[in-house]
Amino acid sequence: MTTPKALVLTGYGINCSRETQFAFTQAGAQADIVHINDLIDGQRRLENYQILTFSGGFSYGDDTGSGNGLANRIRNNLWEKVAEFVEKDHLVLGICNGFQALVRLGLLPAVNKNYGTQQVSLLHNDGAQYLDRWVDLECSQISPWLKGVDRMSLPIAHGEGKLYAPPEVLEQLQQRDLIAARYVSGTMCVYQHLPANPNGSLDDIAALSDESGRILGMMPHPERAIAFTHLPHWSLIKEIVKRIGASVPKTCLGLQIFENGVKYFK
Amino acid sequence: MATRIEITPTVEDARARMRKRQIEGMGFDGKIQGVQLVDVYTVDAPLERNDLQRVGSMLADTITESASVDTPQAPEKFDWAIEVGFHPGVTDNVATTAREGLEDLLKTKLQPDQGVYSSQVTFLQGDLSQADVEKIASTMANPLIQRTAIKSFDVFRRDQGMGVVVPQVRLGLEPSVDTVDILQADDAALALIGKKGIANVDGTRRGPLALDLKYMQAIQAHFRKLGRNPTDVELESVAQTWSEHCKHTIFADPLDDITEGLFKRYIRGATEQIRRAKGTKDFCVSVFKDNSGAIAFDDQWLVTDKVETHNSPSALDPFGGAITGIVGVNRDTIGFGLGARPVINRYAFCFADPKDTDPLYKGEGRTQQMLPPRRIMEGVIRGVNVGGNCSGIPTHPGSLFFDQRYEGKPLVFVGTVGIIPRETAGRLSHEKQAQSSDYIVMIGGRVGKDGIHGATFSSEAMDAGSPATAVQIGDPITQKKLSDALIDEARDLGLYTSLTDNGAGGLSCSVAEMAQEAGGCHVDLEKVPVKYQGLAPWEIWISESQERMTLSVPKENWGRLQELLQRRRVEATVIGEFTNSGKCVVEYKGKTVMDMEMEFLHHGLPQRPMQSTYKRVVHEEPSLPDLEDLTQTFHQMLGRLNIASFAFIAQQYDHEVQGGSVIKPLQGRGRVNGDATVTRPVLDSQKGVVVSQAMNPSYSDIHTYHMAASAIDTAIRNAIAVGADLEHLALLDNFCWCSPDDPERLGQLKEAARACHDYAIAFGTPWISGKDSMHNDFKGYDKDGKPVKISVPPTLLVSSLGVIDNVQNAVSLDAKIEGDLVYVLGQTYQELGGSEYYAMIGEQERGKGYLGNAVPQVDAHRNKTLYNALTDCIKEGLVASAQSVHRGGLAVALAKTAIGGKLGMEIDLEQFPSQVSRDDFALFSESQGRLVVTVAPQYKEQFEQHMQGNAFAAIGKVTGDAIFRIRGITGKTIVDANIKTMEHAYTETFRGY
Repeated sequence: MTTPKALVLTGYGINCSRETQFAFTQAGAQADIVHINDLIDGQRRLENYQILTFSGGFSYGDDTGSGNGLANRIRNNLWEKVAEFVEKDHLVLGICNGFQALVRLGLLPAVNKNYGTQQVSLLHNDGAQYLDRWVDLECSQISPWLKGVDRMSLPIAHGEGKLYAPPEVLEQLQQRDLIAARYVSGTMCVYQHLPANPNGSLDDIAALSDESGRILGMMPHPERAIAFTHLPHWSLIKEIVKRIGASVPKTCLGLQIFENGVKYFK
Repeated sequence: MATRIEITPTVEDARARMRKRQIEGMGFDGKIQGVQLVDVYTVDAPLERNDLQRVGSMLADTITESASVDTPQAPEKFDWAIEVGFHPGVTDNVATTAREGLEDLLKTKLQPDQGVYSSQVTFLQGDLSQADVEKIASTMANPLIQRTAIKSFDVFRRDQGMGVVVPQVRLGLEPSVDTVDILQADDAALALIGKKGIANVDGTRRGPLALDLKYMQAIQAHFRKLGRNPTDVELESVAQTWSEHCKHTIFADPLDDITEGLFKRYIRGATEQIRRAKGTKDFCVSVFKDNSGAIAFDDQWLVTDKVETHNSPSALDPFGGAITGIVGVNRDTIGFGLGARPVINRYAFCFADPKDTDPLYKGEGRTQQMLPPRRIMEGVIRGVNVGGNCSGIPTHPGSLFFDQRYEGKPLVFVGTVGIIPRETAGRLSHEKQAQSSDYIVMIGGRVGKDGIHGATFSSEAMDAGSPATAVQIGDPITQKKLSDALIDEARDLGLYTSLTDNGAGGLSCSVAEMAQEAGGCHVDLEKVPVKYQGLAPWEIWISESQERMTLSVPKENWGRLQELLQRRRVEATVIGEFTNSGKCVVEYKGKTVMDMEMEFLHHGLPQRPMQSTYKRVVHEEPSLPDLEDLTQTFHQMLGRLNIASFAFIAQQYDHEVQGGSVIKPLQGRGRVNGDATVTRPVLDSQKGVVVSQAMNPSYSDIHTYHMAASAIDTAIRNAIAVGADLEHLALLDNFCWCSPDDPERLGQLKEAARACHDYAIAFGTPWISGKDSMHNDFKGYDKDGKPVKISVPPTLLVSSLGVIDNVQNAVSLDAKIEGDLVYVLGQTYQELGGSEYYAMIGEQERGKGYLGNAVPQVDAHRNKTLYNALTDCIKEGLVASAQSVHRGGLAVALAKTAIGGKLGMEIDLEQFPSQVSRDDFALFSESQGRLVVTVAPQYKEQFEQHMQGNAFAAIGKVTGDAIFRIRGITGKTIVDANIKTMEHAYTETFRGY
């Protein structure tokens, strides 16, 4: 049994690295927050890690397109190291802004293992406004990150999460089972009477993986759904279970994604 | 030669669709066939075409956009093109990112006279006249900060595009330091300098110093003693330091018999008394002396809070004003002690009715039109959106209040809660002291002409002379980099001894303030990094350009700090040294441009004793029809601007980032706006922070003492409802007043401050921080060009900050389970003075709200007993839901509970604790100290036992159907509604916002 080491990237407006680090720690990983410039100038080394995480935030303020500034910084300075990292039996997770950066970098979906070429895009939400709410997801089993998770509810918070793919790429995504999670109507949509698809995403796509399944990118935020009290309706659940004499759960399903990441190396 | 790189979407663009909808909403419905947006980057640098093409590819999304270099892009069919870009010198964040990417890609560094500028072209297809298009363009740009170009299809074709514009700043004169002749000046000349500013060579004035005659005379006397005239740097510096904005003279100076001033007697006085009474249970750690106030969180952490206002800038540029407001108050957190981490943003906005379209003008002859209320509202909301979301700080409880008197100046309250370890690098982190011989280091953004005279401008009423340069645009990412580098790294390495924010007054205030810790300072102004050349020394000294902090750094640490900040891409520059000379000395290119004693600068301002009066005005007591069926009235109340759902704001503000959210801003199935939220700021702890707030400006028209008392009681009650405990609850005050030269307004202020004293002590809730904004008046012209003065109603926002031990005890507002008992806690009186109900009926009957006289009064002793009993019940898990009763009264609180749970209610008010004579008064009275809670039947006995001795009653049941029925005081059904129609009424008002 080894404790995998997770690198949680930060810098330039990435802003979810602390809670993402916390989620990995809760799941049993050793997680370090590393500034991208420390990787570029060699003070910290990607080779020392098994998991690379692009956490959420507003890298470069979303200016020139969400994720674009960060993707350019990596492409112009770190591309070889990152390419080397993904070739190995490692895991990569991109959340929200991190997913946007992975898409811009061409690490996702990388149909035909064509890493480095952008194939899909994440556009402004149909509502043309930033949106924070919970969504329900139906997950495929291609990625080890989502092992054993069929359905889960997670929060989203983004302005540019509408996935777009040219028809031929969409067909490939479907055929090769690269659509790791779709927005569906479930507990949360029923609870707060919300539409399943929050942003107009093509084919209800919420998450993508590459063909190996080891790279996962998702718009929803699993690190914001690891404690029971993260749930929007936790106080309702508490009332229900209290009255039947049961005890409330401690965690929330988002944690399983991080636990899956850790288990992969055990 | 500059080059235009244009990025064109190749797939459907949601932004264009949204813009089309906005334009259609302006009265062009059906007239717009198509809208397309093109993003433009103007690169002013001699680059190879090949390189420019690479830059274009880098900027475009290769799947959904195409890039072109120097080839104007346009849709095949369009009738008009509108381009919007920034004026020279205005912060252009998109361009900054593009420039960084360009430099990174081409491994080059642009020269100071080269640059990248962003703009956007909107192509419109539709049968529109030039005037139509000008009207549309005017809603897309703010002329203070943006330029607009309009071309018809033919002109666009003839010119082959929009043309290249390089908004580079070019300042003409070689900057110099002027001496201002005040030694010889008579009172009239002194007053003129104080009001309009220092004269330029061409006779124009530099903008308000906001120094009145008495202050100018004190300055004159001081310089007479020195036997010389002040330089412009010195005079501007004094004006900043002495501004109402910085010194809060109205709260500090003697008022009537209160020689120590309102602040010392009523605010700080209350806190001191409470802290003494609490003894070992005192949880205050740092109050009134730092950028934020701090209280204990647990053994390891402190929690800080600060609420600011940014009213004047938001009136001129709502987006820029609001974003700099929120990002600015974040710096009050970062600048607390040795640096706290922002963990919650909070907001409260006061606007005029967004449906109002009557124009208002700053200038005579209907010139300088003010922005209409809806644009101000939308701009402010978006400013806090971008500021908070981009900074990764969850934005939580919000409040809105609408009154026509916010038309001239909206009120924009923004606050930030922070968390800081009690100790860092072996030091107490809430203490700081710049040392003599420490370097003065400025970090973050550069200095430009933006934000000149912000502090003095906000210390005056707004009129035609209000300076455009007071407007700034925030850059949250620059600040985020700064914040991360300080809070995550430099602080815990112990690399600096003190820091503060560069806010109002810029360097002149931050450096002079820190110099008090060390005993003096010596600054070399030419070392300050500037956005462009040509700034005069006085401008560099007082500019409020954003995203900057000032640090004091021991010389031996400078190397390490500099290296760290460089690697984090945070600009840091040594601009001088702290000294123990007792003087503030500033040099520019080898010449001394300021040499003033710290004592005079900070304590030289003369006191201005004030006198107040306070006449009680008796308002008409309305006689209202006594309706038997109040169902319709009830629905109308739910849709009032001051009551309706503003979920559209809460959902566009990220409230879950940082992973600590527990009770969220929108609660229950019905996503009802909560009055308080709960957050876990320390992820491995179950302890929580409760924040809430309240204001009741309409009560000010009747009595400001009771207005303030109600705001305090409501803020506390809102917090109690989610689970806060009076034992660990602190308050913050934000006074937004008007016309402080009017003794009546001062009398109102004095009464409000007295209530702050009395009620804080009665509840045992100390004030820990506060801010006042005294000049919320607008002087201008109405739609007919007639002069008007519009003053905001005296507004006090009270914010609360509490700590709870276990977040799992927190309670949300939504009814949970069918069969639960509905209780009302607290006594209902016939208190409808200033109520929403009177306002609504008056508007319906005569087009203007009624006020009445029976304003709600607060019995703090009784309420405290009730709140403590409720806190005990909540800690024991007996309460399923809790909703504070405030604006709109009992009926609205019941409705929110029901809509929240999407469950029905059967309510019977025949026996409820009240002294009301009518059903409508029972429903809509705004008596304080009341809550609506639901309780599981199995806890009935326990709950009622805890409540013994308080006014309370079980008034009904939660039902499983969607029927919401209230029987009135005589047992007749007065409201017969269902959740669907109620929800519709509650959510309809802001649909489409």
